[in-house]
Amino acid sequence: MMAELGLCALWLAAALAGLQLLAGGLSLGAKGSDLAGIIRPVAIVQGLLALAAFGALVLLFVNTDLSVKLVADNSHSAKPLIYKIAGTWGNHEGSMLLWVTVMGLAGACVAVLEHRLPQRTLNATLAAQAFISLGFYAFLLFASNPFARLVPAPEEGNGLNPLLQDPGLAFHPPTLYLGYVGLSVAFSFAVGALVTREVGPAFARAMRPWVLGAWIFLTLGITAGSYWAYYVLGWGGWWFWDPVENASLMPWLAATALLHSASVLAARDALRTWTVMLGVVAFSMSMIGTFLVRSGILTSVHAFAVDPTRGAFILALLAVNIGAALAIFALRAGSVAEGERFAVTSREGALVFNNVMLTSILGIVLLGTLYPLVTEALGEKVSVGPPYFTPTSAIFALPMLLVLVVGPLLRWRRDRLARVRGLLALPALASAAGLVAALVLGVPAGLPLVGLALAPGLAVASLLPLKGRNLAHAPLPLWGMVAAHLGIAISLFGMACDSAFSQETLIAAREGESARVGPWTVRLATVGPIAGPNWTALEARLEAHRADGPVHTLTPQSRSFWAPAQTTPVSALLTRADGQLYTVLGDEVRDDKGAPTGRWQLRLWWKPFVPAIWLGGLLVALGGVLALLGRVAADIRRRRVEEKIAFRRNHPKGEQ
Amino acid sequence: MAATQGKGVRWALWLPLGLFAAFVALVVVGLLTPKNTDIPSRQIGQALPAFTLPPAADGQPGLAAGDFQGGHPRLLNIFASWCVPCRVEAPVLADLARAGVEVDGIAIRDHKADLAAFLAANGNPYARIGADDISAVQLAIGSSGVPESFVVDAHGVIRYQHIGDIRPEQVPMILQKLKEAGQ
Repeated sequence: MMAELGLCALWLAAALAGLQLLAGGLSLGAKGSDLAGIIRPVAIVQGLLALAAFGALVLLFVNTDLSVKLVADNSHSAKPLIYKIAGTWGNHEGSMLLWVTVMGLAGACVAVLEHRLPQRTLNATLAAQAFISLGFYAFLLFASNPFARLVPAPEEGNGLNPLLQDPGLAFHPPTLYLGYVGLSVAFSFAVGALVTREVGPAFARAMRPWVLGAWIFLTLGITAGSYWAYYVLGWGGWWFWDPVENASLMPWLAATALLHSASVLAARDALRTWTVMLGVVAFSMSMIGTFLVRSGILTSVHAFAVDPTRGAFILALLAVNIGAALAIFALRAGSVAEGERFAVTSREGALVFNNVMLTSILGIVLLGTLYPLVTEALGEKVSVGPPYFTPTSAIFALPMLLVLVVGPLLRWRRDRLARVRGLLALPALASAAGLVAALVLGVPAGLPLVGLALAPGLAVASLLPLKGRNLAHAPLPLWGMVAAHLGIAISLFGMACDSAFSQETLIAAREGESARVGPWTVRLATVGPIAGPNWTALEARLEAHRADGPVHTLTPQSRSFWAPAQTTPVSALLTRADGQLYTVLGDEVRDDKGAPTGRWQLRLWWKPFVPAIWLGGLLVALGGVLALLGRVAADIRRRRVEEKIAFRRNHPKGEQ
Repeated sequence: MAATQGKGVRWALWLPLGLFAAFVALVVVGLLTPKNTDIPSRQIGQALPAFTLPPAADGQPGLAAGDFQGGHPRLLNIFASWCVPCRVEAPVLADLARAGVEVDGIAIRDHKADLAAFLAANGNPYARIGADDISAVQLAIGSSGVPESFVVDAHGVIRYQHIGDIRPEQVPMILQKLKEAGQ
């Protein structure tokens, strides 16, 4: 029953999306339309119906209703509740339902909250949002029905991939989806603004909070995903340039560029065409990324739900959506009046430079991701990995970081470098200190050395915009910028430290034996069995200590799940202020005849300051939150003042 | 400013759409091309390295590279008594032997007693079994684990490398490879 209700809600939501598109389209005609009034309520109800459908699927997973094919394929009655819920989006159909739900809710939020844009632009925006949603509803209903029944119902479900049975999974995909799909609002705003020729500061101000919100979730999602890969996969790496990682990085790069160019448009009425373009590109990257991952067209470690038919469907969707948006852009952008001019040495100039750098990195990543496809079309198989991505993206990232040091100190419109030269002494000094320290520690020439020199300078520079200000009265968006830029510096420091100073030891140890990694002595105390809710494991007790320091216990496991039957290592981490000790338990070593020898493979890493990578990421997201709060608070204040003025105008003194 | 915003700029506005069209064309080609994730072994077309292995089982000859010269294509199976998938594979090899395929084995890091027990329990489809106690021959022919199988033609040249156990549904494919090697 629940499945039928869910499907019913999904059909109704799709029908309302059609109505929303129709009403929105008609309202754009020369005379307008009587239907225009229903657009907002329809958008709201559409979002709620999508949410109801998603809620129905969550309930089916919670109750492990095995008569539903999706549940039978991806869940198991013995699974802990949190993974039953997470299983809802740990598969193709459920995650697409989450996608349309977020998209519907985002449209509903725009309908409820947005009051500044001209009515026509808002109608066009909601029509564009409905147009995209409609495609995804069709995809769900015709090619990926999550509520399909399975007759007869099996006795037990297939379970969820053990790698996904991790607290990280409960938050990582929904977070990323809020980001991916949140960008659809920016896309719709851009299309709406182009269609009604309203590309100006008001459009930028209306779009900015949505971009900020989506960008915060993208930042958090990427940070969490990177950490998940780091500790769950047990490889000790934090970024692999896998197509799926690139699929999340590309929208983030575009959104970061969009965020900054929207700020220029909002504050200075410049970069009109560029901002609209980025608005289209950001969500396009979300869809392209999803397509590349879901269609199975690229080989990826994340290749779940690989299906060329679905790939063709998503391709058709994105060809229509992006193609239409880019065609509107090409037709209309020429008639968008050029915004204000500015000098090269100015806040705008620095932002434009970094926008170009971000977009270049985006191009580099997209090219590298697609390159295997290009060569395969020509009959040659290649894989593109870190040797391409790391140096080529660094070519653009390093100048960008240098400009990031100076840019926030410059004035809008026109400035002189000589004015800020004195201020730059501090970051220069910090960078020099970082460089000397790294050289003393014996870091060889290369990217890690550059990172170690650049990070302290960038960190100091990121704080400089606060200099000379009354901290209690500094606007929240300024604090947001400072936090985000400081986060970049801290992340950079963590990445450079991980590359420069990581130490690894691989041993086969008997119980009681010790090994050294970096400053740590790690003793394998015991190895014993342990049981969990749906797994059994061999767990090692490791005792780690530094010099005369206290002994810490780590318990890495080799965990065997029985539904589905799969063994996966569960690493154990010890986080200290100056780094992380990372331990993985491997198999028992067998002798020539295959008899157990009582020696266990242990993989130990000492990674100085590696948590800085993710702390920096969190700080960047926090910066976004501060900026968003600041913008929203300013909006509320402005609206209140406007209401007061309107009230006074309508009630002249004499009438009181 | 309107003067400088001439045709060049207008033309550039179509550029994103053009790039996107190129992307769509590329992935359409990618989707239409059947996906083939198999990477052919580099050993294919190589001659077997020279080797001579002592008998691994009593009453059965050992194996040398020279045994593959002349006659007909053979299946060379790399296995071990301590390898669990090999146990699963044994009935499939027996089927192949019954179908007239000459199966030769190389037992990796094995002991005579263990091997005898393994053959007694799982059947013995092998014409010859060589004992490779230090994996030397295994590594020389490019095998990284057990079980693996090679289709070797009448001139001692490797025509196909199969990594992992041969599944029942793969028997026709192996027979086809042997037939191709015999032509």
